[in-house]
Amino acid sequence: MELTMIWFVLVGVLFTGFFFLEGFDYGVGMLLPFLGKNDVERRIIINSIGPVWDGNEVWMITAGGALFAAFPHVYATMFSGFYLALFIMLMALIVRAVAFEFRSKDESSLWRSTWDWMIFIGSAVPALLWGVAVTNLIQGVPINAKMQYAGTFFDLLSPYTLVGGVAFLLVFLFHGALFLTLKVQGDLIERARGVATKIGLVTAIAFLAMVGLTYTSTDLFNSTLATVALLSAVVVFVLSYILTWARKFGWAFAMSGLAIVFTTTAFFSGLFPRLMVSSLNPAWNLTIYNASSSAYTLNIMTYAALLLVPIVLVYQGYTYWVFRKRVSEKHLEY
Amino acid sequence: MEEILLGRWQFGITTVYHFLFVPLTLGLSVLLAIMETMYVQTGNELYKKMTKFWGKLFLVNFAMGVATGIVQEFQFGMNWAEYSRFMGDIFGAPLALEALTAFFLESTFLGLWIFGWDKLSKKMHMTCMWIVAFSSNLSAFWILSANSFMQSPVGYSLQNGRAEMVDFPALITNPYLWGQFPHTVLGGLVTAGVFVAAISAYYLLKQRHLEIFRSSVKIGLACMFISTFLVMGTGHLQAQYLGKHQPMKMASMESLWETASPAPFAIIAVTDEVNKRNTSEVGIPGALSLLIYDKMEGEVKGLNELQAAAEAKYGPGNYMPPVSQSFWSFRIMVLAGLWMAILSAWSLLLLYKNKLETNTTVLTLLLWSLPMPYIANSTGWILTEGGRQPWIVVGLQKLNAAISTNLTSLDIWISLIGFTVLYGVLAIASIYLVRKFVLAGPVEHQPSLSGVAKKGATLWN
Repeated sequence: MELTMIWFVLVGVLFTGFFFLEGFDYGVGMLLPFLGKNDVERRIIINSIGPVWDGNEVWMITAGGALFAAFPHVYATMFSGFYLALFIMLMALIVRAVAFEFRSKDESSLWRSTWDWMIFIGSAVPALLWGVAVTNLIQGVPINAKMQYAGTFFDLLSPYTLVGGVAFLLVFLFHGALFLTLKVQGDLIERARGVATKIGLVTAIAFLAMVGLTYTSTDLFNSTLATVALLSAVVVFVLSYILTWARKFGWAFAMSGLAIVFTTTAFFSGLFPRLMVSSLNPAWNLTIYNASSSAYTLNIMTYAALLLVPIVLVYQGYTYWVFRKRVSEKHLEY
Repeated sequence: MEEILLGRWQFGITTVYHFLFVPLTLGLSVLLAIMETMYVQTGNELYKKMTKFWGKLFLVNFAMGVATGIVQEFQFGMNWAEYSRFMGDIFGAPLALEALTAFFLESTFLGLWIFGWDKLSKKMHMTCMWIVAFSSNLSAFWILSANSFMQSPVGYSLQNGRAEMVDFPALITNPYLWGQFPHTVLGGLVTAGVFVAAISAYYLLKQRHLEIFRSSVKIGLACMFISTFLVMGTGHLQAQYLGKHQPMKMASMESLWETASPAPFAIIAVTDEVNKRNTSEVGIPGALSLLIYDKMEGEVKGLNELQAAAEAKYGPGNYMPPVSQSFWSFRIMVLAGLWMAILSAWSLLLLYKNKLETNTTVLTLLLWSLPMPYIANSTGWILTEGGRQPWIVVGLQKLNAAISTNLTSLDIWISLIGFTVLYGVLAIASIYLVRKFVLAGPVEHQPSLSGVAKKGATLWN
């Protein structure tokens, strides 16, 4: 396989890992102010992702770094082109990271509820914006012959990309509610399940709307692999919803995760070999051929990634194993 | 070209702010690992309390460092897209390696450390902090290897309209990096040493929790003393390297307009950047040559000669960095360093004679010296980054060719104001917390299980 192809796949893998892992902790963050009826419950909800959210976020940082290293033109065009959207996302991510650390460090209820809402905003905004971003990549944005973004912030917002944003947000919300059913105890489990069953239907509608608009607004369905992956995403999502009703929470969570994996796979294979589609002229697309780093750099980074990513998976897996038990009121030592 | 100025302000503000938190993370993680190792080896609960107290302050600082660090990775592409295109082949690799080798380790094992007190064996828990200390310092290595290329490009070739990497080992054995990396890591240890010593001095002054802070002050002062002297040593070596390889930066930090042999060291100079001379200066004859060449002779090139040489090589333009900014940031950094060196030596002497606890003057000085390492860290970076102007990558790309071309000044105004205001608010919140923890002292933090019983907001039911 060519190096540029390997890196296309690796960037896809990093984004998949990011959406799968950070997906549920965005979901948990969004649910926090609604599900946690009192301070203890809120602390339990936060602790369910407390040890892992930062590690999950590094998947995004690594995906960004990998884009920079392997496809500098994509990194440059996308980050400067999506400037205000990314600015808003950064503001949200900053308050989110700080809020997790700060919220329990003061007893005042105003202090705590303020930071809880910051966690909500800091989770909802990136969840929405990532959906908008991914759908923009495949729908196409105005990129000119010099690989420069030639539009404005508002060119990123179309019915399709907004539906994409809402669908991503809701899928993460559903995924997060299922994660909670596995990590909390007693009454909270039922309430998390209640959210999943209620939100699940809306999510299904939004997701189907996104799939439908993907059909009308993009060429994703020209790729067989993308078509199969996207339709599989719909199937496993429905399966996840049924399993939630049946209280098979472990399986339900696995299936919502799989829906995210299939969706990401679908978008990346629909893009291939492009990374950003130009809405102005197909010749101006950013592809693995015209946007990549030199073979020398890709070669070095390939060795590094193939060696390091499995190691990361091992020790992150170890963390989940250490914190495999449900969070209980008795051990809220944080 | 308002965009360039705004982009520089944004980079300056966000980077200096980010680097208020980073050095403490680098250094204090090492001290925490040492404290916890003392606990594991002696079984003495005192060291556990100590680890937990400093750990709490560490986490507030760490969260701020992580949160502001995300901006750092994103803004190269957002504001400096042309730089990213030109340099991505070289600059992206260390950034990706930083995430792969360091950030994953750091975040995962810190999560284990925070939540794992009851779930891990003592030794495993201690190991987690050692891994955090190792990986945060490793991340410094990667980002500095990227920065060193900007200061002193190595192992590249100009082709396909950009700088391409041809020699990765050269990138990580860059002599500039091996001056800068030890200096930065030691700067982190100085910061942590002063932080621990200053806050311990506060408790000794107030006569509270004496047992914990008697031990803490020893660790803090020892770290402060050793690392301040080493940081000055590595700083000296780095300056010698600059004298030979980045003469423009050297000349600007010395405000040396005309080539001199031997060159004097200016203690104070009033620089006139318009007429390219010093209106007045007080200097030590021959001292600059001595500092650079270890002897009282040797030519040091002046700004005017270097400017002419640069114009001959790169074409017309201004190749001088902001001179008085470099001159004064260097002197402020050095003075802060000297102050910390003298104070730590003096305090250690008193400690050795068992007189530190009763000497309220020195304890007060220690407490009020808390800003010193922060001043030294910030001025050091202002010197380093300001001193490579007008280049973004010395000799290869100028700043005005690096900015994103699709942005309007309004775009950058929005992000500049947004980040600055948010950073200001977060600074207030974090200072509030640190102050609160320090006033409360090392008490076991009990989550209020009574439950504030405030009803959550509801969207359904």
